[in-house]
Amino acid sequence: MPKLEDKPRVILEEFRVKNAPDDYGMADEKWNFKKFVKKFRIVIVRMDNSEMEFDLIGIQPAFANAFRRLMLSEVPSMAIEKVMIKNNTSIIQDEVLAHRLGLIPLKADPKLFEYRAEDSTDGTEFDTLEFTLKIKCSANKSQPKDSFRAEDLYENHSVYSSSIKWHPIGNQASVHKETEVGPVHSDILISKMRPGHELDLHLVAVKGIGKDHAKFSPVATASYRLLPEITLTREVTGGEATLLQSCFSPCVIGIDSDGRAFVRDARYDSCSRNVYRYDSIKDAVVLSRIRNHFIFNVESVGAMLPSVIFVEAVKILRDKCKSLLDDLNNF
Amino acid sequence: MEERHCEWESAKGAREPIKSLEDKWKLVPSFLQIKGLVKQHIDSFNYFINVEIKKIVQANEKVFCDSDPLFYIKYLNAYVGTPDLEEGFNLTKPTTPHECRLRDMTYSAPITVDIEYIRGNQRVIKNKQLIGRMPLMLRSSNCVLTNKSDFELAQLNECPHDPGGYFIIRGQEKVILIQEQLSRNRMIVDEFKGAIQCQVTSSTHEKKTRTNVIVKNGKYVLRHNALSDDIPIAVAFKAMGICSDQEIMLLVGTEDAVVKNMAPCLMDCHNLKIFTQNQALTYIGAKLKVKRFQTSNAKFRTPVDEARDLLATTILAHVPVENYNFYVKAIYLAIMVKRVIEAQNNKANIDDPDYYGNKRLELAGSLLALMFEDLFKRFNWELKSIADKIIPKVKAAPFDVVKHMRPDLIANGLFTAISSGNWTIKRFKMERHGVTQVLSRLSYISALGMMTRVNSQFEKTRKVSGPRSLQPSQWGMLCPSDTPEGEACGLVKNLALMTHITTESSEKPIARLACNAGVEDVRILGGEEINHPAVYMVFLNGNILGVTKHYKKLIKIFRMFRRRGFISAFVSIYPNHNQRTVYICSDGGRLCRPYIIVEKGSPLVQQSHINELNRGIRKFQDFLADGLIEYLDVNEENDSHIATLEAEIDPYVTTHLEIAPFTILGVCAGLVPYPHHNQSPRNTYQCAMGKQAMGTIGYNQKNRIDTLMYNLVYPQCPMVKTKTIELTNFDKLPAGQNATVAVMSYSGYDIEDALILNRASIDRGYGRCLVYKSAKTTMKRYSNQTTDRILGPSRDGNTGKVIKAHEVLDTDGIAAPGEMVENRQVLVNKQMPPATLNPIGQGQPQHIDYKDVPITYKGPVESYIEKVMVSSNSEDAFLIKILLRQTRVPEIGDKFSSRHGQKGVTGLIVQQEDMPFNDRGICPDMIMNPHGFPSRMTVGKTIELLAGKAGLMEGKFHYGTAFGGSKVRDVCRELEKHGYNYHGKDIFYSGLTGEPLEAYIYSGPVYYQKLKHMVQDKMHARARGPRAVLTRQPTEGRSRDGGLRLGEMERDCLIGYGASMLLMERLMLASDVFSADICGACGRLASRAWCHACRSSAAVSAVEMPYACKLLFQELAAMNIVPRLTLKKCCDT
Repeated sequence: MPKLEDKPRVILEEFRVKNAPDDYGMADEKWNFKKFVKKFRIVIVRMDNSEMEFDLIGIQPAFANAFRRLMLSEVPSMAIEKVMIKNNTSIIQDEVLAHRLGLIPLKADPKLFEYRAEDSTDGTEFDTLEFTLKIKCSANKSQPKDSFRAEDLYENHSVYSSSIKWHPIGNQASVHKETEVGPVHSDILISKMRPGHELDLHLVAVKGIGKDHAKFSPVATASYRLLPEITLTREVTGGEATLLQSCFSPCVIGIDSDGRAFVRDARYDSCSRNVYRYDSIKDAVVLSRIRNHFIFNVESVGAMLPSVIFVEAVKILRDKCKSLLDDLNNF
Repeated sequence: MEERHCEWESAKGAREPIKSLEDKWKLVPSFLQIKGLVKQHIDSFNYFINVEIKKIVQANEKVFCDSDPLFYIKYLNAYVGTPDLEEGFNLTKPTTPHECRLRDMTYSAPITVDIEYIRGNQRVIKNKQLIGRMPLMLRSSNCVLTNKSDFELAQLNECPHDPGGYFIIRGQEKVILIQEQLSRNRMIVDEFKGAIQCQVTSSTHEKKTRTNVIVKNGKYVLRHNALSDDIPIAVAFKAMGICSDQEIMLLVGTEDAVVKNMAPCLMDCHNLKIFTQNQALTYIGAKLKVKRFQTSNAKFRTPVDEARDLLATTILAHVPVENYNFYVKAIYLAIMVKRVIEAQNNKANIDDPDYYGNKRLELAGSLLALMFEDLFKRFNWELKSIADKIIPKVKAAPFDVVKHMRPDLIANGLFTAISSGNWTIKRFKMERHGVTQVLSRLSYISALGMMTRVNSQFEKTRKVSGPRSLQPSQWGMLCPSDTPEGEACGLVKNLALMTHITTESSEKPIARLACNAGVEDVRILGGEEINHPAVYMVFLNGNILGVTKHYKKLIKIFRMFRRRGFISAFVSIYPNHNQRTVYICSDGGRLCRPYIIVEKGSPLVQQSHINELNRGIRKFQDFLADGLIEYLDVNEENDSHIATLEAEIDPYVTTHLEIAPFTILGVCAGLVPYPHHNQSPRNTYQCAMGKQAMGTIGYNQKNRIDTLMYNLVYPQCPMVKTKTIELTNFDKLPAGQNATVAVMSYSGYDIEDALILNRASIDRGYGRCLVYKSAKTTMKRYSNQTTDRILGPSRDGNTGKVIKAHEVLDTDGIAAPGEMVENRQVLVNKQMPPATLNPIGQGQPQHIDYKDVPITYKGPVESYIEKVMVSSNSEDAFLIKILLRQTRVPEIGDKFSSRHGQKGVTGLIVQQEDMPFNDRGICPDMIMNPHGFPSRMTVGKTIELLAGKAGLMEGKFHYGTAFGGSKVRDVCRELEKHGYNYHGKDIFYSGLTGEPLEAYIYSGPVYYQKLKHMVQDKMHARARGPRAVLTRQPTEGRSRDGGLRLGEMERDCLIGYGASMLLMERLMLASDVFSADICGACGRLASRAWCHACRSSAAVSAVEMPYACKLLFQELAAMNIVPRLTLKKCCDT
């Protein structure tokens, strides 16, 4: 009988996800801080500038989910919010151009900025980043003969995000480094142009949150999954073993020298449940997932390190709790 | 992309199953490459302007006049030129279709003739005389777009994927729909009110008449419109010179059944005492309808002459009669009688009028030919009457008829016919409405779908199922899915992908070939030989050609000659064993379709041929020329044994093999992936909805200024394609986006097919669309030398600022591109002079009071000005067109649909973090409720999802082609390979609680179309607002900011409920309450508290009543009816 103290599980049956018979979810469980501290662990599995995988072990799904939600929608980041169009003779419509520009991820530490007041029209150096995009397409005078490639015929026929130039306002030039501000990627195609087409835009970036618009979300996505667990209930050998192996992601099932299948590492199994296709080995496995072991995957859009994003999310949750407590106390 | 067929077990015993030809379907793109999707229209129009117009002019080549016997005009030849515009002063300049579209001009070419005529006493020949203008079909032989490369088309501002086949009349794109009708010059036996009749609609260039042989009181009679009474059949025979009863019986047949039925008819003659031809003609002459207009030479003719003439030219007009030798016509009539007798004895011999072999499709070319001939005749008649009038007058210069040729008559006649769709042909007394329609440019598919539409002549109101139901003979010719719902259901149809509609080909070589193949002329044969049981009668286009003993040989020879290319590929020949006849057809308007020829159990097209096709050294024409493929029309198709798959070929009977089974569907149904897995009405629904989907309409969409255009910002090619999609270039001009769909329930906002959308997806551009509208105005020039004018923006007198309404105007008084316009702002500040009759005096400047007639923007949501065009139209007036643009983001209530007839509105837009997510962190773009599946049975959609998901993992497009496509088994295997569940079901976590959902969720990409119905165009509410002038009731309709009507049924509810005060409020107080003064003494309306009738104000009191009521009283009074009101004090009960 699986107890909550040891690993709580959900069983992946053929046609449904099922809790253990005596498991009523963790909602009813009384939360004990000491117990939590004793059991809770964070294991960082993989981390680089843009992506991070880490495990939250021994935490309730409500918390894990809260972090995920906060990373998606409440951790702030900077994005282009206003586009002043002085001239746009390209074929792309003003609104569509503005929308595309808004979705370009910007390098700028949102912690160094403030939210712009709702009623303010002019930004200040503390809440606004200003950029310009001024580019004109022309025929390439020195074009090689007999070439019909757009690259040879025209100059600036494709507008990339690298053309966006930062214009520091106020004291910004001394506070931020040139390399720390601007589009994260320089090769995002904004528009295609032909001779005579011209863009002259003034871009205003502000701080915002993903709840308001997806462009302010600091993550491409942040999600988690539960740790898979595979238990073999009987010995599987020979042809059945290779069949079993083929039903799971690579390296999940190993076959030892006796031709016996064993579970090598279930962590990276995709939980495709394709074992259930084969009646012969259907009964040999129990698929389950550990309910308090969350494998987080955070993909940053590039402005902030994924680790920072997670920490920010935790801070936001803390602040929210604080303000709730304050409100309750002052009620 | 290989075609996979079910490997059906061959039931043919030990025989080796025939290997299936790989890539056989590639014949379809090859076919479409030369034919194009709208080739029927273009072929037909080309035939008209290159061949038929010359024939028409030749048929009416001479014009004489009554006043001068020497005068004549003779047309030598006729030509249709290349498209140009008249620039005034007889100057013309070549034009392009796009210029005509933008400038509201007509894309037309001059019609010129070479004529020979008499001027004074001289014979003059004049070449290239303009007589009219012909609207040109785009991509026809004379159009500037034909044989142009994509690059050249781009320079002409034309989309290379535009099918052409339509006309541009006064800037509007017009399609002449394909008209379906019963075939002419064919005998059709049907049952009408219980009586069996044989009907022939004869049609020649001059006449169109209908002849019936019917059973009346057990006897056969001839009925015709030109006769006031039915003629006993024996009398008709005698009038045709078949005088003896024996001869008649020999012609009709000497079988017992025939003799039994005919005997009473022969008695008729004896009763009427008609024994000779002359007696019979006298009898008929007496029954002629009195002609309203007596022509001059008709006075000298006797009724006998008239009757003889009628028999020769009007009754069965298509059967030629030379020198009043009626023998062939008599045989024809005898066959008609025989058919009736056969049908009487066996009901199975009654023809089915809905059978597609009995139908002909009329295309733009033949319709225009009818119109042109009518106009040309009128043109000549006008010339004649001018000549009649002017020649007798003595004049200094000799009468030159060329000066009186007005090209406007023919030009305007054709233009108005096409632009109004009213086809009025005087000589046939034909009047048809709705022949043309404006080409719908909502999406590329809607335009294509319109080009393949077939309109039935059948009345829409009649409630009969026959013409509406799917005829088995439509197989392969007309799409079984694509028909509208509702009143036009089954009457409006669409062509299938490979259908070809024949154009007329010459009869002469065919007749000669038939004679060489052993057909004997009937004119030298007697009735006995003609009706001999061993003999088959041969018909060519409904006319008797002769009889043959060896019909099998005849058919074989014909088919051989056709396959060799000695006669037109579209000539069809087929026997009817029941009637012991062979029919040969070369007429236009037959539906036909190519098939692979099978001989001795193996298809003539071999794998080597297909390989050559793949290498590009063999084209569809080569297959045709080598006799590997041939066209079969509906009738010949019925005489063939066609195998769908190679495995079904039976060496003893199979004659043909289908090229690709998916071609039985049309363009619109071809978009549906896996249509063969869907419940059939769902495919029909999708056919209707595909036309409302927005996306791309052509590569030139940014250059067009249409009144309404919907575009998608980021259209995508569907993940699950079909071969039809590639053939129609839908993948290059798509209308929809691939949405990641999770099939699950979410909140309560997904009931009744409502969809849940992901906010983040919308933020990133899903379902974003552009709506273009245009405003148009012209600056007219008036007869009194005044013109409209446009003024710059007005300024406020005090501040000097431009007034709000004129904020978007440029200094020239026209809105500037890039500006945002709000409701009621002025787009063009136009002014109009008053319509005074007197022209402005010479010299002295006169003050004109101009009236403001601004073009204003209306709409609750602001728009941006995309561009402004200033040009001139055909009347030399300034033409200003302004294109307005809106970008719309999906909102609650916007309509979306998958490609399986599953439409739904957005019920809720959910934040990304609230959406469910799977192990890989994927959030769906859209959540669809699973209740949409069981009752709709759109299994195709579930397969599309699966195939799309596998395609994403493999990085390729899967195919959902009808009767083929990627198989579920293979798709599942691919999913498994990439670590997905083979069912396509994944573990999802709730975005709200963070715990895994109890059910596995079916999820993957499905192609969704955004339909044109958007909340923004429909939302409407009103508290107070405008009222109608007459009744003072609130106006009606959203466009007039109208009220919402509490109608009769709603009123009934309130009455039933007894809510009298609510009724009073809704019907009077909230509508047109009016306080009328009523005189209590006389009960009539008083004015200003004074009763004019009683000359008193003593009894006048104010009564509240609806204004409409007061209006009624006044109107009644105006008609001398006095309504009197009896007033009572409120407290007196």
